[in-house]
Amino acid sequence: MYFTGNVIVRFKKSVLEPQGKAIEMSLGENGFKGVSQIRVGKSIEVTVDAASSVEAEKLIREIAEKMLFNPVMEHCEVHMVESP
Amino acid sequence: MSSTKKAGILIFPGTNCNQDLKDVLENVYKLKVEELWHQSSFQPYHDIYFIAGGFSYGDYLRSGALAARSLSMKSLIEANQKGKKIVGICNGFQILTEANLLPGALIKNTGLKHICKWVALEGAGVWSNSIGKNYQLPVSHSEGNYILSEDMLSEIEDNGQIILRYAENINGSQNNIAGIQNKSGNIIGLMPHPERAIYPQLDYSYSQEQSGMIFFEKIFA
Repeated sequence: MYFTGNVIVRFKKSVLEPQGKAIEMSLGENGFKGVSQIRVGKSIEVTVDAASSVEAEKLIREIAEKMLFNPVMEHCEVHMVESP
Repeated sequence: MSSTKKAGILIFPGTNCNQDLKDVLENVYKLKVEELWHQSSFQPYHDIYFIAGGFSYGDYLRSGALAARSLSMKSLIEANQKGKKIVGICNGFQILTEANLLPGALIKNTGLKHICKWVALEGAGVWSNSIGKNYQLPVSHSEGNYILSEDMLSEIEDNGQIILRYAENINGSQNNIAGIQNKSGNIIGLMPHPERAIYPQLDYSYSQEQSGMIFFEKIFA
């Protein structure tokens, strides 16, 4: 069966994320007050063939750890997408 | 053209083609050039505006997205309402589409590579008769793949708003589009760099075409 997971990769809070900072500055210039902590990350959708949703999630976590994020500077969340 | 004409060049953090453009406008066309920084609004008293190429705001969010929403662009929108001529080159074209001053959007080249070379171009629409055979200009872009909804595409084709097409499709652009203008014709956006095709030292096709000059003379006509 096919299962899909959404892998969200973001810089750690301690790491400067310049794209978010630039967007924050631009929003301020466009009149949006009190906006802070904008952090841009990546959403990576992965579909795998597995025996169960639990197996699929395990596999997607392994893929994420092997390739999709760098634990030195990023952290990662995996959210399984409900099957149709 | 008369030496009293004034040009404004909009500059954002990451713009990097402004010096070449300023040199051409001042030294070849004898315009009085003012550089307009993104954090300041300006009075739109200039005769013509250019948005130079580069990587405004590091291409963050989307190419041209943050620049399109900066303070100087609000003044440029006023300049458009006064019917002033506005030319966006490369990243300037991306900024004009993000600001909704030109239709469409520019996405990653289909080959995924940055393309930096001289390319053959053909005049189209209202520029059909202005561009001769063997016309070439340099391009340098990663996101020059012009896309537009089918409805809008046939609309701009019918209006003759497409002014330049690649002779060969280098980046995936719909209908080989390299440059367009708005409906009223006062705003132009193009991916090629005419400001890099002015001096013989930089322009190997100079002796045949003076290709950058053909572009600017059409703009100033």
